[in-house]
Amino acid sequence: MNTILSSEITPEHLYLSRRKFLIGAGAVAATALLSACGVPTTTVTPAVPGATPTDGTAPRSTMGTDELGDKLTPYDSVTNYNNYYEFSLDKEEPARLAQGFKTTPWTVQVGGLVNNPKTFGMEDLLKFQQEERIYRLRCVEAWSMVIPWMGFPLSRLLKEVDPLSKAKYVRFETILDPQQMPGQRGGYFHWPYVEGLRMDEAMHDLTILATGLYGKPLPPQDGAPIRLVVPWKYGFKGAKSLVKIDLVEAMPISFWMASAPNEYGFYANVNPDVSHPRWSQATERRIGELSRRKTLLFNGYADQVAHLYDGMDLHKYF
Amino acid sequence: MTTKMLKAHWLRITVHVGALIPLAVLAWDYAHDQLTADPIRAIILRTGKTALILLMLSLTCTPVNTLFGFKPAIKVRRALGMYAFLYAAIHVAVFLGVDYGFDPVLLKDALFERPYALAGLAAFTILLPLAITATRGWMKRLGPAWKKLHRWVYLAALLVILHFVWLVKADIREPLTYGAVVVVLLMVRIPRVRKWVSRMRNQLHGKPRGSFITRDVSRQIP
Repeated sequence: MNTILSSEITPEHLYLSRRKFLIGAGAVAATALLSACGVPTTTVTPAVPGATPTDGTAPRSTMGTDELGDKLTPYDSVTNYNNYYEFSLDKEEPARLAQGFKTTPWTVQVGGLVNNPKTFGMEDLLKFQQEERIYRLRCVEAWSMVIPWMGFPLSRLLKEVDPLSKAKYVRFETILDPQQMPGQRGGYFHWPYVEGLRMDEAMHDLTILATGLYGKPLPPQDGAPIRLVVPWKYGFKGAKSLVKIDLVEAMPISFWMASAPNEYGFYANVNPDVSHPRWSQATERRIGELSRRKTLLFNGYADQVAHLYDGMDLHKYF
Repeated sequence: MTTKMLKAHWLRITVHVGALIPLAVLAWDYAHDQLTADPIRAIILRTGKTALILLMLSLTCTPVNTLFGFKPAIKVRRALGMYAFLYAAIHVAVFLGVDYGFDPVLLKDALFERPYALAGLAAFTILLPLAITATRGWMKRLGPAWKKLHRWVYLAALLVILHFVWLVKADIREPLTYGAVVVVLLMVRIPRVRKWVSRMRNQLHGKPRGSFITRDVSRQIP
């Protein structure tokens, strides 16, 4: 039914050039400034459906679709439909509850098995060249979005701290702040939120630290001020509001592995053939669409990441 | 006249109005695009929960009468059950028809191979004949078999709880809370438990044993 015909797939050279069509945050800011001065610019800023500019700047993106031609999910949906259990189990509550969330000052401690452990202030992190990445986000609950993130590859940050050869995994930790995060006050879950990646996954160019979306700083409900985005894995791998990144030797036990070990594994790669024990992962609903679409292996990024798992039984390492 | 009517039928009016409010709110929210970014999911979740609550309320009627002698509850039992079925039917119809577009291939995977979905489907399969035979005509036609048939609702309620527990991602406190209420509602139907509760109640109120009606008058065919 929803099979993608080979004729519908963008030829690789075009597709690669599109992926390289990334513009820096500086360029966005410059464009905004130039536009403000009435200077015509050539940057494409397609109208964003359902956009509600609340801070004066309209959400913008360089493209209206991802590389497969899928339309961007409206800004309103991206910022009002969030799984952020630190605030609430409800998907619409974080947008409200996270409003006063304090993100300045903010530091991210990067350490563990590295030669140069370092604490980065947000201002340092924003010095890494910010670029736009339009990624599909596939939630383990079988819904999905297409989001234009702003950010930079995690590999650049990791190179700065110079990992030791002993480092096999990267461990990510979200802020623990029950005062600001009502969801952390209950005793049911074991906070803070922890996620992990294997070294090669962390160094992969698709893996980014996002600092914004739609050309604007990340709203708190989407993980402000900085979060992980790994587009070929289920959304929960993208730990939000990061305060700590450690390089470690042993595989980290993630929040969801600890909460339900039989249901959530370390890898959590999007895979239509590996069902969640209680529901199918074969299809998904793209937010804004009525009918379901088939889920793609590695969320459509198989050509770039499948080799990372060569020889691995994906049913076993789910 | 109106006051008299209200006095006589207040519970019935409350039940009909109360049971239709969630549907009205749902229609309103749908019309005003207030059903989250994923309206289909929102409709399925809301109708499912409303069906469960109404089913639990319908299961409350009998013990409220047998234990506390509140007879009007029996008069609204059928309405509550029928409304529970109405919401369950919307729930199932949206899941099969809108969410999965009646696609047999998708449904085979999403429905028949998922324990949570199977539990829900089994519960609905039980509720269907109960809803059909809820009329007085069927009560008469089936005679004593009617009571036997309608006792299946206990199993349906337990299956709905199982459906809920198996569905949630992690925090099962909410479904377990509903489950605890359902278990209590079923327990108080066990004759021994029922008698014990009545005895406790009578002792508390200093009344002699057995002064209360512990027989379920509702099951007499009118």
